[in-house]
Amino acid sequence: MHKVKSSSKYIDKAKAASAKPALLGEDLDLESYVSSAEEQPYRDDPLQLPVETKEQMMEVGVTLDNMNQRSGTFLQVDNAPIHFSRRQEGLEVMSTSEALEKYQWLVDYYWRAVPVDSDKYTAHVELNQSDGYFIRALPGIKTTYPVQACLYLAKANLAQNVHNIIIAEEGSELHIITGCTTGLREEPGLHIGITEFYIKKGAKITFTMIHRWTPKVAVRPRTGAIVEENGLFMNNYVILKSVRSLQMYPTAWCMGENSTARYNTILIATSGSTIDVGSRVFLRARESKTEIIARAITSGGTITSRGYIEGNCPEVKGHLECRGLILAGEGIIHAIPELRGTVAGVNLSHEAAIGKIAEEEVEYLMSRGLTRAEATATIVRGFLRVDIEGLPSMLSAEIERAVQASEKELM
Amino acid sequence: MLEIEELTVAIEGKEILHDVNMTIKKGETRVLFGPNGSGKTTLLMAIMGFPRYQVSKGKIVFKEKDITKLPLDERARLGIGMAFQRPPVVRGVKARDIVAVCLKERKDGETIRQLAGKADLVEFLDRDINYGFSGGEIKRSEIMQLLAQKPELTLLDEPESGVDLVNIALIGRLINELLEKDCPIHRRKCMGLIISHTGGILDYVNARTGYVMLDGRIICEGDPHEILKTIKERGYKGCSICIK
Repeated sequence: MHKVKSSSKYIDKAKAASAKPALLGEDLDLESYVSSAEEQPYRDDPLQLPVETKEQMMEVGVTLDNMNQRSGTFLQVDNAPIHFSRRQEGLEVMSTSEALEKYQWLVDYYWRAVPVDSDKYTAHVELNQSDGYFIRALPGIKTTYPVQACLYLAKANLAQNVHNIIIAEEGSELHIITGCTTGLREEPGLHIGITEFYIKKGAKITFTMIHRWTPKVAVRPRTGAIVEENGLFMNNYVILKSVRSLQMYPTAWCMGENSTARYNTILIATSGSTIDVGSRVFLRARESKTEIIARAITSGGTITSRGYIEGNCPEVKGHLECRGLILAGEGIIHAIPELRGTVAGVNLSHEAAIGKIAEEEVEYLMSRGLTRAEATATIVRGFLRVDIEGLPSMLSAEIERAVQASEKELM
Repeated sequence: MLEIEELTVAIEGKEILHDVNMTIKKGETRVLFGPNGSGKTTLLMAIMGFPRYQVSKGKIVFKEKDITKLPLDERARLGIGMAFQRPPVVRGVKARDIVAVCLKERKDGETIRQLAGKADLVEFLDRDINYGFSGGEIKRSEIMQLLAQKPELTLLDEPESGVDLVNIALIGRLINELLEKDCPIHRRKCMGLIISHTGGILDYVNARTGYVMLDGRIICEGDPHEILKTIKERGYKGCSICIK
């Protein structure tokens, strides 16, 4: 097991921010969680994991029975990486601790896309020397199959701290599916995940994240992406099932000319869930562009669906779309789309809508022979369907499967 | 057979149809004429069973079963199908999905593609249903869905309105297929009721009987071509004078 070696400059900043509440979301008491968990044995063959664990991983798109459908695999249970492997040359998949040991230069990427002193959660991750995954595609390498990563929370009352770094070197193409899930049922837990993306010139990353939590788990991901010239970052997010409190506001900086960031977010809140999720993009170079699409649906939970696009350079283009559907009487959706332009020549737009299922649409489908329940489910499925251009069909299928699984809970 | 007896229908308490009687036998196609607002669409919606259209008197019997209180979806499954004049857009639900719903257990990619081919809508299969469809595309899409659904009673609400000449010929062919016009009448299982504002559809689809509806009442029944001729010459005002 490697130890995470960080620089003292980060530790000092983290200490200073260790009590700093996040700007958004419920202020969680970190003292109420334990920071250390039992050591987990490294597993050369992850197939030996318990059947139930494997099934839970499968629900979030992480398949261990069919690893030849994946270019690489990383598994972490609580705070310990338990398996990492890769099946394609030119691709690196390992723990962050091992990568920091292997590459002196990696420290330069550390906390660059997510400031260490953002809030007490980022500080907590730094101060607890947290491990996570390091995934890197060497220049020009294109993954044939997606790389999969699973962050699994097993221990009750634990604060799971994760720090991931993903680098797509120049001209490379990397598809990643990350599933975050838990074996906890009624017990509390906390997942804090830092993920930093670096998309070099002409590189492409598609990152598909599926979350499946339980009613007493709180979740605080902190994500940043830096996109260079002609680079593309595509982030797809789906949350299934209940969560106590989820707050995140992943941010991309389009720093290179003609760079692109795209976010597709599907939020599903059942009763008792509080979800505050946004996507934020800074367009800082000519002809950089973004599209942010969110679908929020509640059957009793509370969703704040945010979006923020800032254009700091002429000839940038951004569009933000947020649509919400309230299925049951007590659900709340608060859509907050924001645009900010700081120079002439930016082209930014947004649209937001919150509604209910239109009776006219239900009856139209019923006139074709569907029952009311079937017609409603068809409309909900359609609402949640986001056609994601450029995403490998295997990953589109995983998103589709995840959405269908959550529909059952919703209806 | 469809039998409508003294049907009186209200929308939000306001009576729109009054004592409507109508019988359609197997294999027959009937055309319903009438000015805007006369209650033609209300009659179709009431036969289809939309909850907003409240039957306050009379009954609807289809295939010897009183369906007056039967829910909309059960009527659809019993064999009634309707092509809407202005169907809603259902975002995220593809034309392909709806055709599959209509086909039920017969659904497969090839059957769906063949049906779309007939209606010249292959390129529309993966588009959200009715989203950005032109007038003609909507009509063809509605009839494509009915061809998949194979209803025994087809209700068509102004199939020719807003459609150009090229499209209307195609729509006419599709309706004829839907109503089994190739078969001799005694062998047909299907029957049709077509609302027509202008009568243009009669150039493409043969119908045995026509009705004129005015102010929620059927005031005339007869040969549809003769009725149409009278309407063209004298307008609907002529119809109201005629029955006096």
